[in-house]
Amino acid sequence: MDPLLKLLEEHALRTPVDLSKMLNLPADEVQRRIKQYEDDKIILGYKAVINDDKVDTDLVKAVIEVKIQPEREGGFDRVAKRIARFDEVTSLFLMSGGYDLLIFVEGHSLRQVAQFVAEKLATLDGVTSTGTHFMLKTYKEQGVMMDGPEEYERLKISP
Amino acid sequence: MPSERQTKRDFVAEHVRSIPRSGIRDFFDIVQSMDNVVSLGIGEPGFVTPWHIREAAIFALEHGKTGYTSNFGLLKLRRAICAYLKEHFYVEYDPNTEVLVTVGVSEALDIALRAIVNPGDEILYHEPCYVSYHPSVRLVHGAGKAIRTRAENRFALTAEDIAKSVTPRSKAIVLNFPSNPTGATLTREEVEKIARVCVDNDLLVITDEIYSELTYSGQHSSIAALPGMKERTIFLHGFSKAFAMTGFRIGYACAPTALTEAMLRVHQYSMLCASIISQEAALEALQKGMDDIAAMREQYRLRRNFIVKSFNEIGLPCHMPNGAFYAFPSIRETGLTSREFAVQLLEQQRVAVVPGDAFGPGGEAYVRASYCGPMSDMEKAAERIALFVRGLK
Repeated sequence: MDPLLKLLEEHALRTPVDLSKMLNLPADEVQRRIKQYEDDKIILGYKAVINDDKVDTDLVKAVIEVKIQPEREGGFDRVAKRIARFDEVTSLFLMSGGYDLLIFVEGHSLRQVAQFVAEKLATLDGVTSTGTHFMLKTYKEQGVMMDGPEEYERLKISP
Repeated sequence: MPSERQTKRDFVAEHVRSIPRSGIRDFFDIVQSMDNVVSLGIGEPGFVTPWHIREAAIFALEHGKTGYTSNFGLLKLRRAICAYLKEHFYVEYDPNTEVLVTVGVSEALDIALRAIVNPGDEILYHEPCYVSYHPSVRLVHGAGKAIRTRAENRFALTAEDIAKSVTPRSKAIVLNFPSNPTGATLTREEVEKIARVCVDNDLLVITDEIYSELTYSGQHSSIAALPGMKERTIFLHGFSKAFAMTGFRIGYACAPTALTEAMLRVHQYSMLCASIISQEAALEALQKGMDDIAAMREQYRLRRNFIVKSFNEIGLPCHMPNGAFYAFPSIRETGLTSREFAVQLLEQQRVAVVPGDAFGPGGEAYVRASYCGPMSDMEKAAERIALFVRGLK
């Protein structure tokens, strides 16, 4: 993977000038590559990782295990893409093992999530069962520890 | 100072009294008294030890591993060390008789010197260099002799310069590549030439390769691996830099049986053995930590590129170091001594770098800036150093 992508994945706010110094590349080359990645839909967006516990929000998050009946043509794709279009769905994966799809959903209340499952998801053609697990607390999100990076002391000057 | 009652005699040994206080320690005291300092003065990895290695230490404690080990160190660790050296350094040691686990490379260097130096023996080393080489030689009543390395040669040591410095009293040479503080590395050809001079002059080589995993381009070449060199080499290495394990204090010395036996005599009566907890953690590092090294090295590479480019833009000429995690820019253009530069930079902009003369007179007109801290520190430091240098004009 291009180290530029890795750097942006870690910290998307770095300036092209800083990136160019780190990668030993001209700044306009960095800018050109970023534009190309965006055009090619390799970079799909830039988002902040927010600690929801510290923000006044009543966001409810859940993961849902879904079993579906694969179709003769298209396999799991048609149903999966249909589910993915709902606003409540933040991530969706096809899985190996005891169920087929793993869905991450968000709602403003327990009720909203429950309604989504009962009314939209479970009633879809092809969905044979669902199992919903509500998230209680986040410790780590997208590689970031929620209470910040580990603090450790170093001598300010050492040989 | 509170008055202390004077004794008639000065109990401190003369050779200890003659060792100057470390230049780093003086500077450390000034830095400690200040807040909001961005430090490029750190001589250890800016990462905490990878979790799986720390977890192995906890596991060892939980299972009651709290006793002494063999003086040599745990056999399973020595075996892992030998396998690692064979695979990555192309040199073979016998885990039963040729490896000694020590309390960091610092102890390994000390026992190596104590094992080989007779009073007055001349020990060569290159300079600017790690702060402890000269004092360590003096502590064993040896005569240290510095060989200057130069910026125009990227601070690599040349065989020619060794040949010029050798005298009939010369017994050994201490090598440290990649080098602290210059980041210099040696190519295979340079190592081969140095090896030839050592054989020609019947020198023992003590090679401190603690930074070898932090080599950014080309492959690290150990002098121990060259034909005819193992028998005249004491190879020192450890876990501090590659695995970010400085606080575990764990290193090792490898050498032919007779030399290892001599070092063991010193080690068994002075240190007994390295901490068993650290040894267990070190084993985990060797068995499962190779990816950690690569990941940290890539982070250092980015920080190095950034800080070196910044120094050159600011007008402090800096070669691109190929190893370790230190940049060594020249501050000659500013007209300040390295100490004045470091103190004024600290006072005016709250950035700590280490004055080059702390690494021997050859380091004057340079400062050591370590890039092992987080990228955000590099960015802040570069900005502040630019302001400082602009203010000097």
